[in-house]
Amino acid sequence: MHSTNDGSSNGMLSGLEQASQSAGRLGGAQKALHDRIASGQQSMDERTHQASVAFRRRKLKVWGARLAIAVIIIGGWQLFTAMGWVDKFFYAQPSGIWNRLWDYFQNGTEFGSYPDQIKTTMQEALYGFLIGTGVGIVMGVALGLNRFLAEVLDPFIKVVNAIPRIVLGSIFIVAFGIGLTPKVLLAAVLVFFIVFFNAFQGVREVDRNVLNNAKVLGASRWHVIRHVIMPSAMTWILASLHSAFGFAIVGAVVGEVLGAQQGLGLLIKSAQGNFDPYGVFANMFVIAALVLIVEFVIERVERRLMAWRPKVQSEAVLV
Amino acid sequence: MAGTAIEIRDVTKRFLTPKGEVFTAIRDVTFAVEPGRFCAVVGPTGCGKSTTLSLVSGLDRPSEGSVWVGGKEVDGITDGVGFMFQADALLPWKTVLQNVALGLIFRKVAKKEAVERARDWIRRVGLAGFEDRYPHQLSGGMRKRVAMAAAWITEPRVLLMDEPFGALDVQTKAIMSNELMQLWEGSRPSVLFITHDLEEAIALADRVVVMTSSPGAVKQVFDIDIPRPRGSVQEIRFGSRFLELHHEIWATLRDEVERAYARTAGV
Ligand SMILES: Nc1ncnc2c1ncn2[C@@H]1O[C@H](COP(=O)(O)OP(=O)(O)OP(=O)(O)O)[C@@H](O)[C@H]1O
Ligand SMILES: [Mg+2]
Repeated sequence: MHSTNDGSSNGMLSGLEQASQSAGRLGGAQKALHDRIASGQQSMDERTHQASVAFRRRKLKVWGARLAIAVIIIGGWQLFTAMGWVDKFFYAQPSGIWNRLWDYFQNGTEFGSYPDQIKTTMQEALYGFLIGTGVGIVMGVALGLNRFLAEVLDPFIKVVNAIPRIVLGSIFIVAFGIGLTPKVLLAAVLVFFIVFFNAFQGVREVDRNVLNNAKVLGASRWHVIRHVIMPSAMTWILASLHSAFGFAIVGAVVGEVLGAQQGLGLLIKSAQGNFDPYGVFANMFVIAALVLIVEFVIERVERRLMAWRPKVQSEAVLV
Repeated sequence: MAGTAIEIRDVTKRFLTPKGEVFTAIRDVTFAVEPGRFCAVVGPTGCGKSTTLSLVSGLDRPSEGSVWVGGKEVDGITDGVGFMFQADALLPWKTVLQNVALGLIFRKVAKKEAVERARDWIRRVGLAGFEDRYPHQLSGGMRKRVAMAAAWITEPRVLLMDEPFGALDVQTKAIMSNELMQLWEGSRPSVLFITHDLEEAIALADRVVVMTSSPGAVKQVFDIDIPRPRGSVQEIRFGSRFLELHHEIWATLRDEVERAYARTAGV
């Protein structure tokens, strides 16, 4: 999770290196002075250098171990299926999955070009994500601010939350046909509940002292919401967005499995119908990759918006 | 822009504890701060000092009795009040500059002017160059300075300070007390200043209110007749009048502190 911090800490280290290099370019007049303090400075440079080496070595180790695990899993899979210890008719084979992906991109699918399938699913998931997030934030904040409303709606929310939400997909398909709408709705519903509960909790967890401070400073109700409650709730909301996009994709894919004309979910369903594990796995990995990419972007946004927060211990120690 | 009077009349405040019992925090508290005067409140821990301040600020309401500021009964947030809280209360997602400017922004001062005045205040509390830091990037003493600037920028007529220097080291505390005195002599708001430190109370205040242990009531009120300007806080505490007053007030306070301690320690 913190591996994405590499960029900034490396930047810091290279900054230190530059500083020590520029110290080496000092003019003649300053040379004597420089020599006199050099002994002390060198040990400083040495220490930061040592720290940076140790830091890089550790990173290298971590990545080495990761690579080893990946090789063992994929290689083992390939080996076991090749040796016939595991039946590749059910469990496919990495090389075959790779070939299938290649084939998808080269020759398209039975429902059109492969990028089109990706685009369809991504579109559904993104729309669902945006709608679910928007409505979740608005409702969560509104109920967080209004105790009466929260109390009134509490049992209803509990009931809806207890419904296995995937089933709603069937209802949406019956109601809206097999186009874009039911998938967007299903994705939105899944996202909504995560964001909603977090926004609600975020509003409730506002620091009393900070709130009182703002009030005494003359904040109106709107000021309090804008300057205190929203930023505070944002911590919770952004944390929920990490997992929210994963749920949006689940909604979109399940919606497609239930009924669609295009999309990765439809491809999976069709592969399943043809007893084709290669197709199922290939699409599964593509979906995983899409989720990771979007989550990476969300994390970037989160870090920018949360610049005010103290660094997590492990992050601070790394630098 | 001199201060306005604070009057606390027969105020009782009760809380409902989580167990559902009624807990009396303060009982029949009555005292007043005359316009432009500096009043310190001392008392054992848990005796209701913070509670009293929250009633004056209008953040909370008395269960009985009334609080008056500037001749008006407090009802909702009191106008023209600055508050330095006991705990950290800066907005952690705002920079030093934004935090200091906040009171002006809330009062609809134009952004440009608000920023200009905030910069001026940041300079006055000795934090020039730290405008763009977030609170968590400052030391405890620096955060207190920010809180001080944020409270003073609105030019309050009443200033409520809840152990503002309590968590600071002795030197920083001394410097900040002196800074506070300078600011106060400049615009003379009425101050209600809570402290655990009796020396600090006597050095700064015109009047010291000693509260009893919980439930808090006013035990005795002392007028501090050391003439102003008193000069540096560190020096006046060796004056003979100071020592006399300290001796006298401490005798009163000590009983209460011991009583409060005995209660919480279960002795
Ligand atoms: N919201 C509340 N609900 C219940 N009890 C409370 C509440 N606020 C304060 N109290 C109680 O009221 C009493 C007085 O609290 P207060 O914070 O005013 O004390 P204090 O004199 O400021 O103490 P200290 O010097 O330690 O800050 C305490 O016993 C506290 O437990
Ligand atoms: Mg207190």
